[in-house]
Amino acid sequence: MTDVRTRWRGFRHGVSQRWDRQPKATKIGLILVFIVFLYALPERGFYEYLGLPLGEYIPLYTTRNDMATVLFQCGYYILLAMGLNIVVGYAGLLDLGFFGFFAVGAYTVATLTSPNSKIFTEYNWLESPWPWLVALPLAIALSLLAGVILGWPVLRLRGDYLAIVTLGFAEMIRIVAQQNDWIFNGDRGIARIAHPPGKNSDGSPIFAFDAKPYYWLILTVIIAMVFLIRNLVRSRVGRAWVAIREDEDAAELMGVPTYKFKLWAFAMGAGIGGFSGALWAGQNSFVNASTFRLEQSILVLAAVLLGGAGNIFGAILGGFLVIYVPEWLRSVGDVFGLPEQVRIAGEPYDVSATNLRYLFFGIILIVIMIFRPQGLWANRRRAAELKDREKEAIVGA
Amino acid sequence: MQFNELIHGFPVLTITGLTQGAIYALIALGYTLVYGVLRLINFAHSDVFMIGTFGAIWTWSAFGFDANSARPSVGEALGLIALAIVVAALLCGFFAMLVEVTAYRPLRARNAPPLAFLITAIGASFVLSEGMGAFTNRRQFGVPAMLPTEPIAEVGSWSITPLQLATLSIAILAMVALDWFVQRTRFGRGIRAVAQDANTAALMGVNKNRVILLVFLIGGLMAGVAAVLSDMKAASTRFNVGFLIGLKAFAAAVLGGIGNLRGAALGGILLGLVENYASAVFGTNFRDFVGFLVLILLLMFRPTGLLGESLGRARA
Repeated sequence: MTDVRTRWRGFRHGVSQRWDRQPKATKIGLILVFIVFLYALPERGFYEYLGLPLGEYIPLYTTRNDMATVLFQCGYYILLAMGLNIVVGYAGLLDLGFFGFFAVGAYTVATLTSPNSKIFTEYNWLESPWPWLVALPLAIALSLLAGVILGWPVLRLRGDYLAIVTLGFAEMIRIVAQQNDWIFNGDRGIARIAHPPGKNSDGSPIFAFDAKPYYWLILTVIIAMVFLIRNLVRSRVGRAWVAIREDEDAAELMGVPTYKFKLWAFAMGAGIGGFSGALWAGQNSFVNASTFRLEQSILVLAAVLLGGAGNIFGAILGGFLVIYVPEWLRSVGDVFGLPEQVRIAGEPYDVSATNLRYLFFGIILIVIMIFRPQGLWANRRRAAELKDREKEAIVGA
Repeated sequence: MQFNELIHGFPVLTITGLTQGAIYALIALGYTLVYGVLRLINFAHSDVFMIGTFGAIWTWSAFGFDANSARPSVGEALGLIALAIVVAALLCGFFAMLVEVTAYRPLRARNAPPLAFLITAIGASFVLSEGMGAFTNRRQFGVPAMLPTEPIAEVGSWSITPLQLATLSIAILAMVALDWFVQRTRFGRGIRAVAQDANTAALMGVNKNRVILLVFLIGGLMAGVAAVLSDMKAASTRFNVGFLIGLKAFAAAVLGGIGNLRGAALGGILLGLVENYASAVFGTNFRDFVGFLVLILLLMFRPTGLLGESLGRARA
């Protein structure tokens, strides 16, 4: 066991050293190749070109759902995880209701762009539905505003209270959305939400039922967001966030306006969450109240901590894993003929990966926090902080 | 806004609010005990409670009572309730201790940051609720009727049913017993000592880990009592029933001042009342909304809750 661990550590160290030694041009080239690979992922032709047996099982391909749809779902979760990573990972604020901001973004787009929305059918506040692209900035702005409004009173509270208040906030948004006679139309929801604009050369819209263009769109957004967040966390703002996370009182004494930067982190995260919601609403074209269950908020948080809080790539890895792995497990189950149901004493039990995924998740969360509290792809500085704490542990206490 | 309903229904709303509040209070005690000692939000507590609701149903079905069976006589019913409370409390106590040993103790040994505890708490919560979900096929289970729901005593427009009377008296009995245990016994002194300063208490010869285990056990016992009462009130249960009620119980604990036992009891009862009054005024859909709103407003103006935070502080 220890042998495997040391060898794995040596291997990882070797890889990262080799990567660090490469000239800049090679690094950029390799990154570009990887990005092209990401864009090619949902194309069946790509696998045919590689000579992989199609029609049968391909290691990466998902059989139960369209690969592009799965990848798009991963995409909006990755975006959410990146947003929450700013709040939890960099600023160290615990937000348990992050999906609430996703809901704000999605509902803004839905109510403004769908001809079925009550704004047009009942209240007549506006003449005609907006296009998706016009509603998008407003969706981001509104979720940012929601972050500021929620953060303004709450960020003065201690960490644990912040957790419960954000949890309550997400629940309140869901309760409001559930009112049938209100603008959000409850569980019946809002259908016919506008898709993003753009036409193919033959005049058909690019963004319709095929999930591939949405995946490419969200991939582009993610890549842009990586650059944005990377630059932000290397700036004065990012350094302030890390200082707050490590010791808020010390940061305050050193002249960091902690409240202001905490509010900033909260609002930035909320804006990215709303962006993700707007993109999702544009693809799904239907929004209802039962989409925004609280488990989703917890799942995003799990993604951030699983991947490694405080590292953008960790958040991306986490966001990818929490959606992709359960979906992939279903495909594996199909290929190897794992049973979906077992009968115990005549009673059928659903044992499919989909049904049990949260159960496995719970176990994985506990195990990872015990053995690798810094996450799978950890930020170096944060891992060092945690190592320090471990040394301070009182043995036997 | 229907203030008429509030005024006309005031007696009924007050009594139902008190019974609901008593259930919140019992669960809130579990949160507050653990928080007082470990400074940790035990998210899995709501699912420990959920297991208790199933424990009660299994006990009753072992005696041949299901959702459709006729109501037993009052004497029989009281016996069955007592039995269900014992089973549910032991079950909850066991699972609460299991959570502490598997999810929290290994982290304490490594002096993990507070966030890590919260994640394992969420993980344990998932394991319990989803495990039960898979085990019960995510079905809803009906609760057999135990006590009559017709009013027995009426004073003017105030009336109370045997079910409400039993719920209130059992809850009060459990809370008084807990208060006595923590304030008057040797074990209780150990709990207060660890809550005050864990490391110093350990130096004075208190076995810290055993005290923490004890705290989880009695929190679980309270959740078990609450589970039986909640079963009889709600008349059905599911694997995810713990989530909302647990969230509100936690809100109640914060409302009263987390870490403060009497605060949790007060917060639970207040939350039950406020919720019921608000549902009369704004409609039942907004019951949960108002609960959280009250919590957020209170935290803004009095961040330590109504009675302040204390478990084992010098003044307690």
